Parts: sequence; structure tokens; C-alpha cells
Amino acid sequence: MSSVLHPPDASALQAGSMLPEPWVVVSRLEENADTFTIELRPAEEGTLRPFAPGQFNMLYAFGTGESAISISGSPENSDTRVHTIRRVGTVTSALDRLAPGDTIGLRGPFGSAWPIEELPGRDLVFVAGGIGLAPLRPAILHALAHRKDYGRIVILAGARSPEDLIFHDELLEWKEEPDVEVKLTVDRAGIDWYHHVGVVTTLIPQADFDPANAVAMVCGPEIMMRFTAVELNKNGLPDSRLFVTLERNMKCAVGICGHCQFGPEFICRDGPVFRYDHIHHWFSQREV
Amino acid sequence: MTTDPPVLLPREQFGSLLEALARRGYRVVGPTVRDGTIVYDDLTKVEDLPIGWKDEQEGGHYRLKRREDEALFGYVVGPESWKKYLHPQRLRLVKAERDTSGHMTFTDGDEEEPVRYAFLGMKSCELNAMMIQDKVFLGSGTADSHYERRRKNIFSIGVSCGEAGGTCFCVSMGTGPEVTDQTPHDLAVTEVIEDTSHYFVLTAGSDEGREVLNELPATPAGPEHVSAAKQRVEHAASTMGRRMDTGGVRELLRENLEHPQWEDVAQRCLTCANCTMVCPTCFCTTVEDVTDLTGDNAERWRSWDSCFTLDFTWMHGGSARQSAKSRYRQWLTHKLSTWHDQFQSSGCVGCGRCITWCPVGIDLTQEVAAIREKDNHPAPTTS
Amino acid sequence: MSTTLEPLLRKHPLFSGFDDDSIHLITSCAKNVRFHEGDLVAKQGEPADEFFLIREGRIAMEMPSPQGLMRLQTSDAGDVVGWSWLVPPYDWHFDLRAVSNVRAFSIDGRCLRNKCESDPRFGYTMMKRFSKMMADRLEATRLQLIDIYGAPADTTAP
Repeated sequence: MSSVLHPPDASALQAGSMLPEPWVVVSRLEENADTFTIELRPAEEGTLRPFAPGQFNMLYAFGTGESAISISGSPENSDTRVHTIRRVGTVTSALDRLAPGDTIGLRGPFGSAWPIEELPGRDLVFVAGGIGLAPLRPAILHALAHRKDYGRIVILAGARSPEDLIFHDELLEWKEEPDVEVKLTVDRAGIDWYHHVGVVTTLIPQADFDPANAVAMVCGPEIMMRFTAVELNKNGLPDSRLFVTLERNMKCAVGICGHCQFGPEFICRDGPVFRYDHIHHWFSQREV
Repeated sequence: MTTDPPVLLPREQFGSLLEALARRGYRVVGPTVRDGTIVYDDLTKVEDLPIGWKDEQEGGHYRLKRREDEALFGYVVGPESWKKYLHPQRLRLVKAERDTSGHMTFTDGDEEEPVRYAFLGMKSCELNAMMIQDKVFLGSGTADSHYERRRKNIFSIGVSCGEAGGTCFCVSMGTGPEVTDQTPHDLAVTEVIEDTSHYFVLTAGSDEGREVLNELPATPAGPEHVSAAKQRVEHAASTMGRRMDTGGVRELLRENLEHPQWEDVAQRCLTCANCTMVCPTCFCTTVEDVTDLTGDNAERWRSWDSCFTLDFTWMHGGSARQSAKSRYRQWLTHKLSTWHDQFQSSGCVGCGRCITWCPVGIDLTQEVAAIREKDNHPAPTTS
Repeated sequence: MSTTLEPLLRKHPLFSGFDDDSIHLITSCAKNVRFHEGDLVAKQGEPADEFFLIREGRIAMEMPSPQGLMRLQTSDAGDVVGWSWLVPPYDWHFDLRAVSNVRAFSIDGRCLRNKCESDPRFGYTMMKRFSKMMADRLEATRLQLIDIYGAPADTTAP
């Protein structure tokens, strides 16, 4: 199995890659109490670069700062870039206040990608926790758009509660597809929730995939990814066919500021998508 | 060890080197005494150098002492390194403007005209450190334009050490004490003081170095001069203040991330970040976005940062490396272990600054030795 | 009825590897049950005389909380539901609700407890299997407890 796909030759690593470009907000959507999705287009015509699923942009709120945000839209989209953002600090709160027509600064795309294009013929198992569904979404959309290239497709999504589940309607749409298995679970629910209740790892034994050929792509809080990997291993999927995406404080996104280091890896440049066996040693340590 | 023949420059003529560099439009910077230390600053004349001074260094201890002779380069290294010129402590990256319609424009904020510096007095460890930072900033996939524009104008004059410092271990790291072809340089100098003579043996390391040498009132160095210079270097090599067994250190630290020694050093470490500030290879930075009072003009500034700070790994309301233990471990495993994975060399040049300038005298050579003594995962004996 | 139950029980991981006598006994303690969506399958505090092997459908563990009735865990086809029968005072520790129509085996807990007492080897094997199930549930519950998706400023989270 080849190692993680390196992103197409579109990353902004030439001189001046610390310089944002002006982009414009096209639309804004509230996903849940603290998460929103914005759709952006370049302010200047003809400057849209392709991206690979799993990559991220640095979004700049004027005068406030930048935040690394995964692209959450379809890679086939050649007009706009979609980002799903959780309000966790000053910059993301500033981005939250943007309305259609407002300008935003953007650098990117950066980072490594889900190896989705290397996987024809394989079963795909997507496991998402919370907002982790957002960085997986471009890979899921690609797989669904090229459905016959792949074997079984399983999407397991967990969230804290039904109100917190993002892309809820879309998940239910995917659930309707005859050849896609979608399981949803929440940590706690009221009595009007008829899907699973329990941590997302409990969905894995019930999922229908061939561990001898499947590839898993996992995204969510670190502890969730750790437990998911254990459960996938228990169900016959080795670390070499398991991909995760990691997150760390980023300042430059080009491997220079040192903040995003995780053991020997610069998450902005060697990641954020990693093959699990490549990082398992460091991932199983505390406070790396 | 270049193939260029060494030349001899008498002490009285040393000023001619500064003059030749100035004629070529270089701004000469190098060691000078200030505030009880030896720092790097502009040198206009030979007397600006720390003539007759040496530095007494130990864990958490630095004092300048008078020498018995009038050596120009009779010290080891001060708290500063040459990175302050190439990787500025504070740098404006971006200027952003927003007009009344909300439209934004971004321009490169680094408008400083790069200075043509001549770095006079680069110790071998420092030349190695510069080479290491070249790899960091200019190596595969990361061309930092700010470093690049400053770096390409440098004229480097290396000085081999005749005496080792109390915290030096360049021999262990393979980075000195002699300036050799291992590190590209324009000129290499060794200072020799004998009973009745005081002179410099110089070799060119580049075409431009050769040109400069040709302008000096230097004569070919005789075998006795060359051997005297060699003896000075050998003396330095045999009097190192510290040593570190570097065999397999990359694996040693990687396999001992839960070694009790980390807890031990965490009791002593203040996470003050001195070590990262004085280290010639540390390169981490942070950014700060600021606006003016109108809110329509913003700038992004970059400044040195340290992995020892609590908010270095701040994200979503918490730090990934909360404990002092994890932050010390990060620094040391990066410097001695994961640097190899990232940049194919050690990050440490054995200059000893981190030992000297640590307020509590933590000595990384001792920390490594302690981990090695009770290695939890000894590597197989085959390499 | 017992004749169709036995092969199904024999195949279930909970009872795999038991000898014929044990299987016969278990079968004699078992019966088919059905619940309709919304039925209360078990009520907290009431005697826990049975446990269930779900054949079809979903059962949720429900508890009243300050936020109203909450579902904290669900079980599906193949899952074992209920350990209260094995632990004194043998009362249900929680409500169980059928979230959909459910077909299940109900196993008589008292009957099985007696077998465990009289046949320690059988009893120990049952204990091992149930304690594994409870350990898995505990681990899953801990992950739910630490609120892995919690908002960062949520200092009320435990």
C-alpha cells in the first residue's frame, strides 16, 4: 500500500506564501449551536486552485488573525470553496461574523490528502466524530460521485447529541442511497432519537465491510481516533490501511514556525492526513 | 583543510581585513564586549573586538575574565548567535489594507533592504548552525524568502577555536573546533600567539574569499605557522568542557519518551525559554496580527517563539503540552532526535549555550547520559 | 418452540462452547418475546428476572435527567441486554425502552442463576462473558462521560 497521497502540485509553497489573497463570502449557513459553514470565492477571477480532500486553508479575519480550516466541500467544485468552522476562539468568532459579500483573506490549500484516488476497488469506511465529519466530507463526496469505482461504502458518524450532528440532512440523504451504509450515533439523546446512542466505536462491529480489503478514514477528537483505531484493529483492519487527520496550533502552515510539530511530523506539511502506522508510536504517547 | 595555500597575516595588519571588507561594501559585524558579555555588533576597527577577553562558562554561569594575552578571538561564544541577522527576532510579514467597500489588499511587509554583512568571527559550531538553519529555511519544500534574501549576501569569516569553553562539546557533535570544508565559508582564520609573535593563519574557502585575501598584506604561511595553528586547534579539541555520546541518540530518545529522567528534569526546569533564545539552531516563531486605530490597516508580525511556553500548543482552550515535562521533552527530542527525521542531521552543534544560560544549569549532555544509563528499549547492536 | 430456539441459542456468542446439557437448560429458561415501538421493556427498580438477546430491532437504555428523559445507550440485533439479573439485589438499574419493534429471546435470570450456583464451571464462564460485556459498556460509557465533543469553554463538563 503506498503511503499517503501527496497533494497535487497546487500548494502555495512558493515565495510569498505567507501572503493571503482576498476572497469573498458567497453564503453562510448555521450548522449547529457553535458551528457554521461559509462558502468562499476568490475576489480576483481565475485564481481558484484545485484542492485534494483533506487539505486546509488558512482563513484570515482582518486584523484578528488566521485559523487553519479544513475544506469541507466537493473537490469537483470549480467555483467556490466551502469551509465548516467551529467557534472556539477569537479568530473563529470573527469569521462567524462574516456575511455574504464580505471579504476574507485566504492562503492555501495546504497539507496532505485522503488517499481517496488510490483506492478504487476497495471498501471504504469513514468514521467521523463531531466536526470531524467536515474534513472527511470532500472524500465522501468524491467517493459517492464515483460510486462504481469503490466496493462497499460505510459512513459512521458520531456526535454529542442530535442537535450537534452536522450535515444531518445530508447524512440522511446518503442513508437513503441503496449501496451506502450510514450509521449515526450520539452520546446522549432525548426520546425523539431513533438511531444509536453510544460512542461511535460501538458502530464498527456492526458495519459491513471486508477488513481484508477495506481502507478506513477517521476524523474526530484525538481520543476518539485512538479508540476507533483500536476497534478497527479488533475487527481486522490493520494500521497500514487506516488514515487519520491530526490537528495542532498553526501559525505559518508551511513548516517553518514549528508550532504544529507532532513528533517528527509537521502537521501542516507532512499531514494533516497521516497513515496510522506512520504515527502510531507518537500518537500513543501522552502530551506529544 | 582547503586546497588553497594558507597565508600569514601579522597581528598589526589585522585591520587590513576589516578595511578590505568595507571597501567591498560589506558591513562588518562581529564580537564586541557589552554588558559583561560578548555580543555581535558593528565593527569599525580592530579595537572593537574583545581584545584580551575570555569567557568563563559553566552550567548557569558566564563571566568575562581578562586574559593574560591580547588575543582578538580568545573567547568561545556569547549568548547571541548569528541567527539574529538571518532570522530576525521581529519581522513584519504582511501589510493588509481594507477600503471602504471592504475590499482587501495584501502586500509583502518585509521591506527591509537586506544588508551585505560580513560575519567576522564565526566559530565552527556557528558555521554548522548556519548550515543547519539553511536546511531548515531553504531546504526541501520550504523556501522562507525572508531568510533567503538575508542569507545570500553574507560573507563569512570563520575562526577556529584555540581553547574550548567550559560547556563546549563540539567534538562530540562533529562540528569543530576547526573551521573546515564541512561548512562552506569564505575565509577561515586561526589565531596564534607565541612568546614573541602574534599572527593569523588564513585560508580562502571561496572565490570571493580568495579575492579578499589577495588584497591583504599577507605572505605565504610557512610549515611552522601551519603546525602552530594546528596545535592550537588540537588543544581546543582536547580540552572540551563537556562530551555527549551521540551514538544512536535519535533512537534512544524516541524509545524512551516515558523515561523517569523527564520527570526529574521537569522538577528543575523553569520553562524560562532561555535555551531556545540562545540556541543558534532554534527557529520557532509566532505571529501577531495588529491593526491601527482606524481598523483599516493591519499588519502581521513574526517574532521568535519558544516551545517552552505554555501557549505554544494552545488550541481550543487547552494546550497539548501542558506539563513542564512534556515541554522539556519536546525541546530535547526535537533537538537531538526528530531533527534527524526532519532535516537529516542533529539540531545540536555542541556550543554549550543552553547549558551556560540555563538559570539552573540543566545540562543536556547529562540528561542524555542519564537516559542512556537506564535505557528502557536498548537498540539492537547491529546498526 | 424449544426446538427452534435451541439452534439459535447455541449459535449465539454468549452461549458458544457450552455442552449439550447446559444448552438444554438454557433453552428451557428461554422464550421468544416481542415488543412494540415505545414499549417499556424493563423498569428501574423492578425485579430483574430476565435478560434479552435481541434478534431484531433496537432497545435503548433510558434515564430521567434534569434535561428530560435521556437515551444513554442503544443495543441492536445480536446484542445482550441486561446484567442486573446477575448482580444482587437483582433489580433493574435503568429503564429499557423499545425504540423500534423488537423481537428477542428472553432468558429467565433466576433459572440461570440457579444453574450458575449449582454448576460453578458454567457459572464462571457466564461471569467471564458478562463481565466482558460490562467492561466494554463501562469503557464506552467513560468515553461518553468525558464529553469528547464538548465545547472548549464548557467548564461544566465533568
